Amino acid sequence: MAQLNVNPTRMELTRLKKSLAVALRGHKLLKDKRDELMRQFLDIVREAKVLRENTEKKLKAANQSFAIAGSVLQREVIDSALLLPKQEVTLEVGERNIMSVDIPVFKTTTRATAEGDMFSYGYAYTGGDLDDAISALSDVSADMLKLAELEKAAGMLAGEIERTRRRVNALEYVMIPDYQDTIKYITMKLDESERSNITRLMKIKDMMVAERIEASK
Amino acid sequence: MYKIGVIGDYDSICGFSALGLNIYPVEGIDEAKDSLTRLAEGGYGIIYVTEQYLSQMQEEQDLYREKQLPAIIAIPSVRENLGMGRAALKRYVEQAVGSDIIFNEE
Repeated sequence: MAQLNVNPTRMELTRLKKSLAVALRGHKLLKDKRDELMRQFLDIVREAKVLRENTEKKLKAANQSFAIAGSVLQREVIDSALLLPKQEVTLEVGERNIMSVDIPVFKTTTRATAEGDMFSYGYAYTGGDLDDAISALSDVSADMLKLAELEKAAGMLAGEIERTRRRVNALEYVMIPDYQDTIKYITMKLDESERSNITRLMKIKDMMVAERIEASK
Repeated sequence: MYKIGVIGDYDSICGFSALGLNIYPVEGIDEAKDSLTRLAEGGYGIIYVTEQYLSQMQEEQDLYREKQLPAIIAIPSVRENLGMGRAALKRYVEQAVGSDIIFNEE
């Protein structure tokens, strides 16, 4: 029985009852928040898991193409071929609000000199392997973007869920029981002083009656 | 308007420059850490880091995890796939749920 260190007065009792009502309401709301966060989080994680596996598979394939290109071409040739990219990617970041956690939403805009032309080199000195490798990477870039979004969301939500869970537990197992115990304690204390007051009055009345009887004799 | 950066050894990341991402080839973990900090503070929205460097940068990763930006994402390098992306997701699940309920199935 843990109770707060307060004076057992009627005013304190009213105050505590109000606090208890607030705590109960907050507990219910936070519990709902936690459940909804958890649902969203699990959806995101499941999606991220599948996407992560696919992306890594595709990246591996792209890397293999690069290795092949590297074995055919000299390193300097590849370096100079990739030296000046033809397209430039900029990132726009939006926001999505999941239970008051602001999750970033990524969107890229590609500025290319010509539509569908991402090869920053002439075809004279490089082989088809390099083209394959780069188009494979280009295919996977959209997935990587989505993956970044999902993994970021998962990380942020995980932190928020942990905090919310702590709050729910603190309310459920510490604050609310404390309030209830203290309210009980004050109520009992007030009842007790009420009873002792009554006994005292009865005793005094008895004494007064006895005095009257004594006087009237 | 944000940029996308890629940090890693040159062989693993050179292809991304053709896509228009900004690549930062590094050698050695200290250089990688410097680059990550510079990029994170310098208007980058997403930073892809190859796994063999990211695996040694737990502190830096945790620092930016709860912030909205940047997103620091693991990518496999040419040589090996350490499965760090999976491990990160697994850690999130453990943190949120208390135990791993997604990845222990297989």
